[in-house]
Amino acid sequence: MTQINVRVDGVSYSDDVEPRTLLVHHLREQLGKVGTVVGCDTSNCGACTVHLDGVAVKSCTVLAVQADGSEVTTIEGLAQNGTLHPMQKAFHDSHGLQCGFCTPGMIMASIDLLTENPSPSETEIREGIEGNLCRCTGYQNIVRAVQQAAAEMSGTQDRTVGNGHVSLAVVDTAAAPHVAGAQS
Amino acid sequence: MTMVEEPATTAPAREVGQSRKRKEDARLITGKTTWTDNMVLPGMLHLAVVRSPVAHAKIANVDVSAAQQAPGVIAVFTGRDFAEEQGSIPCAWPVTPDMVNPGHPSIAVEEVNHVGEAVAVIAARSKAAAMDAVELVDVDYDQLPVVLDMEAAVAEEADLCHDHVESNESFAFVFDAGEAGTGVDTEQVFADAEVVVSRRFVQQRLIPAFMEPRAVVVQPQGDNYTMWSSTQVPHILRLMLAMVTGTPEHKLRVIAPDVGGGFGGKLQVTPEEVISLLVAKRLGKPVKWAETRSESLMSAHHGRDQIQYIDIAADREGNVKGLRCRILSDMGAYLRLVSPGIPILGAFMYVGIYKFPAYRFECRGVFTNKTPTDAYRGAGRPEATFAIERIMDELAVELDMDPLELRRKNWIGAEEFPFTTAAGLEYDSGDYEGATQQALQLLGYDELREEQRRRRESNDPVQLGIGFSTFTEMCGLAPSRVLGSLSYGAGGWEHASIRMLPTGKVEVVTGSSAHGQGHETAWSQLVADELGVPFEDVEVLHGDTSISPRGLDTYGSRSLVVGGAAVVNAAAKVVAKARKVAAHLLEASEDDLEFANGSFAVRGTPGATKSIQEIALATFAAHDFPEGVEPSIDADATFDPVNFSFPHGTHVCAMEVDTETGRVEIRKYACVDDVGTIVNPLIVEGQVHGGLAQGIAQALYEEAVYDADGNLTTGTFVDYLVPSAADLPHFETGHTVHPAPGNPIGAKGIGEAGCIASTPAVVNAALDAVRHLGVSDIRMPLTPERVWRAIHQGGDGGDRATAGTNAYGGAQTETTAGVATDASALGGDR
Repeated sequence: MTQINVRVDGVSYSDDVEPRTLLVHHLREQLGKVGTVVGCDTSNCGACTVHLDGVAVKSCTVLAVQADGSEVTTIEGLAQNGTLHPMQKAFHDSHGLQCGFCTPGMIMASIDLLTENPSPSETEIREGIEGNLCRCTGYQNIVRAVQQAAAEMSGTQDRTVGNGHVSLAVVDTAAAPHVAGAQS
Repeated sequence: MTMVEEPATTAPAREVGQSRKRKEDARLITGKTTWTDNMVLPGMLHLAVVRSPVAHAKIANVDVSAAQQAPGVIAVFTGRDFAEEQGSIPCAWPVTPDMVNPGHPSIAVEEVNHVGEAVAVIAARSKAAAMDAVELVDVDYDQLPVVLDMEAAVAEEADLCHDHVESNESFAFVFDAGEAGTGVDTEQVFADAEVVVSRRFVQQRLIPAFMEPRAVVVQPQGDNYTMWSSTQVPHILRLMLAMVTGTPEHKLRVIAPDVGGGFGGKLQVTPEEVISLLVAKRLGKPVKWAETRSESLMSAHHGRDQIQYIDIAADREGNVKGLRCRILSDMGAYLRLVSPGIPILGAFMYVGIYKFPAYRFECRGVFTNKTPTDAYRGAGRPEATFAIERIMDELAVELDMDPLELRRKNWIGAEEFPFTTAAGLEYDSGDYEGATQQALQLLGYDELREEQRRRRESNDPVQLGIGFSTFTEMCGLAPSRVLGSLSYGAGGWEHASIRMLPTGKVEVVTGSSAHGQGHETAWSQLVADELGVPFEDVEVLHGDTSISPRGLDTYGSRSLVVGGAAVVNAAAKVVAKARKVAAHLLEASEDDLEFANGSFAVRGTPGATKSIQEIALATFAAHDFPEGVEPSIDADATFDPVNFSFPHGTHVCAMEVDTETGRVEIRKYACVDDVGTIVNPLIVEGQVHGGLAQGIAQALYEEAVYDADGNLTTGTFVDYLVPSAADLPHFETGHTVHPAPGNPIGAKGIGEAGCIASTPAVVNAALDAVRHLGVSDIRMPLTPERVWRAIHQGGDGGDRATAGTNAYGGAQTETTAGVATDASALGGDR
């Protein structure tokens, strides 16, 4: 067992871990951060994506001991002071999720994509998230969500907090403007 | 942001038809989810399954002693330990009276019949300890001949997949329109035909590959057991677990919490669910089993895997005369819940939208030493649609006709509905021409045809093709009497109940079990309209057999069409009950009451109103209630459809094919679907996108490949190519609306349409690009390797990738692998 100190979603944790423990297992099994999920065993699907010191990583490819002294942000820590991150809001607005299992990783990867490229083209978005698999949406609405978030976040210096966040109190279920009503 | 509440005095906009953003999303985008694998119970043990590394063998010995000694291990069980109580995994669909079912133990006892079959289970204090101990179980296998190829399996003197049954054939199902009285004599039609085109199509084996791996938690409480499972079918699972294990049904509760996709892959009663229940019973402790992705790809049921021999007869003018289909359908090693029924769901759809005078369908279910097959999105109907839409293109080539003209000449006219096909189904409504015209516009058809001509004339290395799929499917499974006539083991109704709470809030209990479809949102819209209550005041409850005691769950594009209809009917009953109370409270005759926007008003008496939410409170108090009326306005309804519904549409794909590299790329994809009344356009569009992705993936990317020993060589996401965002195009989608007459909503079903329609459109497009180079078929998936071979070496690209690669399975010999063989090439015209 090795002792590690990791700050996760703003809370500091000190734990003994087996050297072979993966970061995702540490998050889920020791810290109860079950919002981050495991979708494969070959690092293909990206469902477990979190931010390690501000950079997206697949937490199944990082040993817990490698995260010692680091700051981890998971999907559970994304909303700040009760307000959704623009990317969370955009996924909701654009219907960028159906079953929602890939969504935590997809949102974390998409935020990282915009950090590197604040105004990506559709092709750049598709290539930027190709490490994250979704089986439900066919990706079109995910692309639309990332485009919406990019527009909302553009001009914002600090994209992890502040501008662009919306209230979490009630997730708005008003009709989405981008899909027309039933045609006849 | 806050909700803006409509003032009570204004009539709310109708909810049905609005693109409501989903209620479900709040928990899913914030990580506040209840996936089964998130569950932790006090004292819970973790299970890991020891799986067979060989495809067919007698189990000579299982030595668990080392595993039992391993740190953290509590118990190890083999098939022998559960032989008396595990029964057989159920098959609910004996498609013929003499269907052979070899029996399917959850843990193998005497022999194993596919790689990945369970042979032992470890119960340990941690998941890691359980998985470590898997390596310590020592099993001696006496290997037997492996049966993998269906055509070989049904040949004379074939090796047997199960040595206790007489052959590898499970069943032979026949539908003959002449015998059924729905068509003329097929053999005579073919004997008299001016033109006959015959083809052999291969529906490769696919894996549903839902994103959430399966997981099961079982908690014993006295003689009661609660199971949480990542399932599409909690109600069916409860019933079947009771029947299989002898656990009394009323002692079992099954909960499907948040479920991360299914696509038919979680329409199952799995060995692991049975094993988890048996271990929890034996140890009296809560247990959890959660699979790895590799386990999932290897042992959760697969889909498709058919060989189709299709003959079409026509006259020289292009009037179709007859269709004859002979199908080999790979069951894999065992029959699971509805394995034999999958090809039979397709049996009635091969005629598509065309007016065939004659039709005959024969299907043989074949055992092989591979993972069992069962439902995968579309379930029989994608196979049927592929066959008819591909053979129509081949017939058009034979007749030198435009493929769309040939279709138009033979499809059912908008004025001909309802129309009974040669397969005996009564199609409900639609307009194939209208959908087609709209799809052509969305695609920009004329421009692309012109570009195709230019590229062909200039001998451009990148050629362009356009492919059609003008399809219909049957949804809304299903009328119980029809299921009965097909020997299915259950009905096809769905149940709903509505509970009016004292504060005016509404609980809707549905027997459908959503796993990504957005029922909480769509059902809220239905109820908001029917009861005139705010959308936000409706809560939808599902997926727990204690909360929702009656239901038949979610599959076959049935939830809205059947389950939603039950919700609407229950709401109507609530209104009828509330009307009596309103009449009493308003001191008026029931006949004088009008119900609109959630309130009863007395005709001709302004101001005399009672809202249904006020009536809910008055009913709770029951202080002032009409004589002889029970104080409840809650209501139940069970809806059993009288017919299927028939969504239809036109899908058009424009495909670029690089003739030098074999690379294909979708240039543009447009589809117009008619799914009847659309409750939530946002959700419907999402279902179309997701279906398209999976249908395109069959055409271009996905294939479960076995090697010559029966090992799945595409057993991880490295090798099984679920497409990424970069692999798929933008979709242009549209709708026409012809309401379904068979349910009160008018909805036809949308869950599977995109997946059913898209595959042949994509393949037809690729062939259209290279047909002038002598290519008339390419095997799916259309890998660059296959496309290049088809262009440069002839044939269909071969059924195997190059030897030595993972995509090469090696079920054929080295000398034929990777090249067109007599068996894999065209059946030939005559």
